Amino acid sequence: MIPAAFDYLAPTSVEDALAALAEHGDEAKVLGGGQSLLPVLRMRLGDPSVVVDLGRIDALRGITDDGDHLVIGAMTAYVDLIASEAVREHATVLTKAVEEVADPQIRHRGTVGGALVHADPAGDVAAPILALEAQLVITGPGGERTVPASDFFTGLFETAVGDGELLTSIRIPKHTGWGGHYEKFVRVVHQWSIVAVAATVRTEGGTIAEARIGLTNMGLTALRARSVEQALVGCEVSEAAIGAACASAADGTEPPSDLNGSADYRRALAPVLTRRAVLAAAGG
Amino acid sequence: MMTRISVTVDGSTYSDEVEPRMLLVHYLREVVGKVGTVIGCDTSNCGACTVHLDGVSVKSCNLLAVQADGHEVSTIEGLARDGVLHPMQEAFRACHALQCGYCTPGMIMQSLDVVRENPTPSEEEIRKGLEGNLCRCTGYHNIVRAVEQGAAAMAGSRTADVMAGE
Repeated sequence: MIPAAFDYLAPTSVEDALAALAEHGDEAKVLGGGQSLLPVLRMRLGDPSVVVDLGRIDALRGITDDGDHLVIGAMTAYVDLIASEAVREHATVLTKAVEEVADPQIRHRGTVGGALVHADPAGDVAAPILALEAQLVITGPGGERTVPASDFFTGLFETAVGDGELLTSIRIPKHTGWGGHYEKFVRVVHQWSIVAVAATVRTEGGTIAEARIGLTNMGLTALRARSVEQALVGCEVSEAAIGAACASAADGTEPPSDLNGSADYRRALAPVLTRRAVLAAAGG
Repeated sequence: MMTRISVTVDGSTYSDEVEPRMLLVHYLREVVGKVGTVIGCDTSNCGACTVHLDGVSVKSCNLLAVQADGHEVSTIEGLARDGVLHPMQEAFRACHALQCGYCTPGMIMQSLDVVRENPTPSEEEIRKGLEGNLCRCTGYHNIVRAVEQGAAAMAGSRTADVMAGE
């Protein structure tokens, strides 16, 4: 399969990339690592007339410690995020989720920011970003603005990033001392999640003090399971207690039905996977 | 609009005008002539087209040739030296790790990536490292054995190099 023809621009700075987007408007498509966009282009689900490749903008890569936050450049590859001791220590649920993305070859090329802007509800990066209450830094012609993760995903493959704007970095409040786990349910290991759950919890003496839960592929976007988060506060770390608190994980969700499973099947999976994720995150 | 790219493939540098939409695998096969790298599924699932870009494995059907501009690509064709198979190729032959052989170029390139990350991988680590490569013939057992044997042979030849150096 061969993509439709397009012109190719490879700017070396964010300013030049924004200028290219301003010139070409919605005819342009931004290329991150390309591990989702290339299949889209090959299958001709999209046929932009201009592709703007961010791969030569070094400033968009890397992970820095900003005191109480970690700042992850949007073009940071999965493999570099997995290798980061800082992310593993302060945002462990994100490391665990990214370790489960696709396969090694894809993790060498795919980028955290690319996955977030692609906003596939079955992708593995959005749920941990929601659970960690990250801030997404969006840069446009007028400068930077910051959007909380809870407002970032606006619909199926849609985000708060507007035409002419770029997601440039992800700011993650440090969750030092929090446990984290990503429980992914798939039929074929490198395929998209049928359902997955990102859990990060803080325990105090065998009891859960705080919990944040993100759900993958339980709706048009990744979702927070807020009722479960509330039910988990004060919950003892035991399978029975956590299982009871996680029973409402599918409440209010409208998961898809497809060849991998019906909506009812996904609703049945969500509480089970949430219980497993929380138990693992709490060290139970 | 054609774009000029310069790519080093298996140690030789090529400079070509390509369409931006050309996939790296098509560039390697049709322009450079490296037909050892094959197209399997064309959907980025099967891994048959795996090559190394700057030393790490990528699926060459899931990359544009223009993205490789200024970079270094290694393919299955660059592994043998003076007619002598690379230890990983030899291990695949010795362990009967192929039947139809179509997945083998990608399997071997990904196996080398597994060994790059971990020179002594366990069976489980090998299976996890090859998750992105599909084989429809062998059932994988002999492939895993071949990677174990190839990794051991590569460790042995490194030891021999060090001893020769001393």
